[in-house]
Amino acid sequence: MTIPSSALGRLLRTPRGLGAAIVLAIIVLAAILAPVIAPYDYAAQNLRNANMDPGALHWLGTDEFGRDLFSRIIYGARTSLAVGVTSISISMVCGMALGAAAGYFGGAFDRVVTMVVDLSWSFPEILLALILIAILGPGLASTMIAISIAYLAQFTRLTRAQVMALKSETYVEATISLGAGSGHVLFRHLLPNAVTPVIVAGMLATGDAIILEATLGFFGLGAQPPTPSWGAMMSSGTAQIFIAPWIIIFPGLAIAITVIAINLFGDALIDALDIRQRLREG
Amino acid sequence: MALFLIRRLLLLIPVFLAVSLVIFMIIRFVPGDPIDNLLQIGSTEEQKTAMIAAYGLDRALPVQYAIWLGKMLQGDLGEAIILRQPVSTLIAQNLPHSLILGSLALAFSTLVGIATGALAASFKDGWLDRLVMTLILLGSTLPSFWLGLLMILLFAVQLGWFPVSGARSWSALVLPVLTIGIGGVALVARVTRAAMIEIARKDFVTMLHAKGVPPLQIQLGHVLRHALLPVVTILSLRIGWVLGGAVTIEYVFARPGLGSLLITSLNQRDYPVVQGCLLMLAIAVILGTLIGDIVQAAMDPRLRETLR
Repeated sequence: MTIPSSALGRLLRTPRGLGAAIVLAIIVLAAILAPVIAPYDYAAQNLRNANMDPGALHWLGTDEFGRDLFSRIIYGARTSLAVGVTSISISMVCGMALGAAAGYFGGAFDRVVTMVVDLSWSFPEILLALILIAILGPGLASTMIAISIAYLAQFTRLTRAQVMALKSETYVEATISLGAGSGHVLFRHLLPNAVTPVIVAGMLATGDAIILEATLGFFGLGAQPPTPSWGAMMSSGTAQIFIAPWIIIFPGLAIAITVIAINLFGDALIDALDIRQRLREG
Repeated sequence: MALFLIRRLLLLIPVFLAVSLVIFMIIRFVPGDPIDNLLQIGSTEEQKTAMIAAYGLDRALPVQYAIWLGKMLQGDLGEAIILRQPVSTLIAQNLPHSLILGSLALAFSTLVGIATGALAASFKDGWLDRLVMTLILLGSTLPSFWLGLLMILLFAVQLGWFPVSGARSWSALVLPVLTIGIGGVALVARVTRAAMIEIARKDFVTMLHAKGVPPLQIQLGHVLRHALLPVVTILSLRIGWVLGGAVTIEYVFARPGLGSLLITSLNQRDYPVVQGCLLMLAIAVILGTLIGDIVQAAMDPRLRETLR
């Protein structure tokens, strides 16, 4: 286990960490149990009830097609979390492989990786994602690929810095002089020690990825209808801004709560693990 | 400094080539025949042949790239399929709007960010510091397009102080600039605060206090002055982010600009326009980073040595 359970215990004893963990658990559970919790079918249209105020019948109101907003937000959590977690996981694995190889072997490969990472570092993630969407075409799969490539530089950079710092430690030099091969040194000694900051950075990046997914969805470039996504819901709400502002307010609130909970949890995790300094090295 | 400038400028060439290559690939990688993407529906076979010849699509890829690059450097970015105008004309119409929005937002986040950061640092650990830092944390985690929509709801729909969308008057700039600026304020304020607190601990500050210099003068004339270097560093690193924010916010406020043009064209699959917009945005990011680097090097001579 890369995150020791003692650190998790420390995290849950702080009010900030505990609060964030509870909110996150509720959101994840709601996403998993969406079919059980959602009072209505997320795609069921009822034009007679279009743009209804929040009330007893529809807790968060309805959209312009009379679809229940609460049900759509719960199903939207599935899309957001799935996209966020999947794309950041892909990004983390690829970034760790690239960063570890570059940091450990150095040489021309390292120079090329560093150059590409530095170049993409100066571009905002949204612009990188838009370039990739332009190549791949809109949709859920391309959104995931675009997000994972947009965050690749961050994880590559962080892993590389960790591996470079660990490489000169005495115990690694001792292992190498005892005749250990590159594979052994990398997988037994360097990566296990480098992985914790990368996982925490990945946790924090998941929040950003959820915002990026919502932004692309808002542009109409993410998940295509009828798949509910928070960004796309708000985009259709802009046309009803004068008569049904809740279509914009509630999905945005869902994003904000999720992202703030992820950030607070990640921040508390950094303190519990005491790795703020190591994260800065990247 | 002159040597630094020359080396830094030479570095632009490979960067520009790499970026333009990626953007050149867009039309080629899009699923389906690029010609079908470029042609208007109902075009004849002859028009298709003419189009293939015009784009040089019958030649090898490196040759195509060279042709495209050559045309681009002469300002010929092709013809928009749906808007039926030269892409360069469209960009010339939209670019000024984005530039105004971006530079005002950058100025806003710099000034307000430094001011709030300095204020928070001066009242470190007091209630004002905590309040400011909490607000800043909130402002930087909220999705910017949602913040924009909330601003429209409150200030344009409910209160009617500003127009909901468009760019017909100066007052239409207020809400977009605020929305983009708030994210930047958070970043600048955090860096300013951290740098000022660190520098306030240095020996020379203690000596200034010992000499009896008024605290306000120390904070503004000495501590803040030294703290500006990391602020400039972070601003130069993040200059592209203002552009990214502008792309999103232009679309939210339905303002004309490169971002709106890009998103609309992406949805309409008007690929020549998409290419042109992305190219301009990429050039803006590259130039922004360049300016940031130069300002940094001008402020800190040590940095000039790093470019060997």
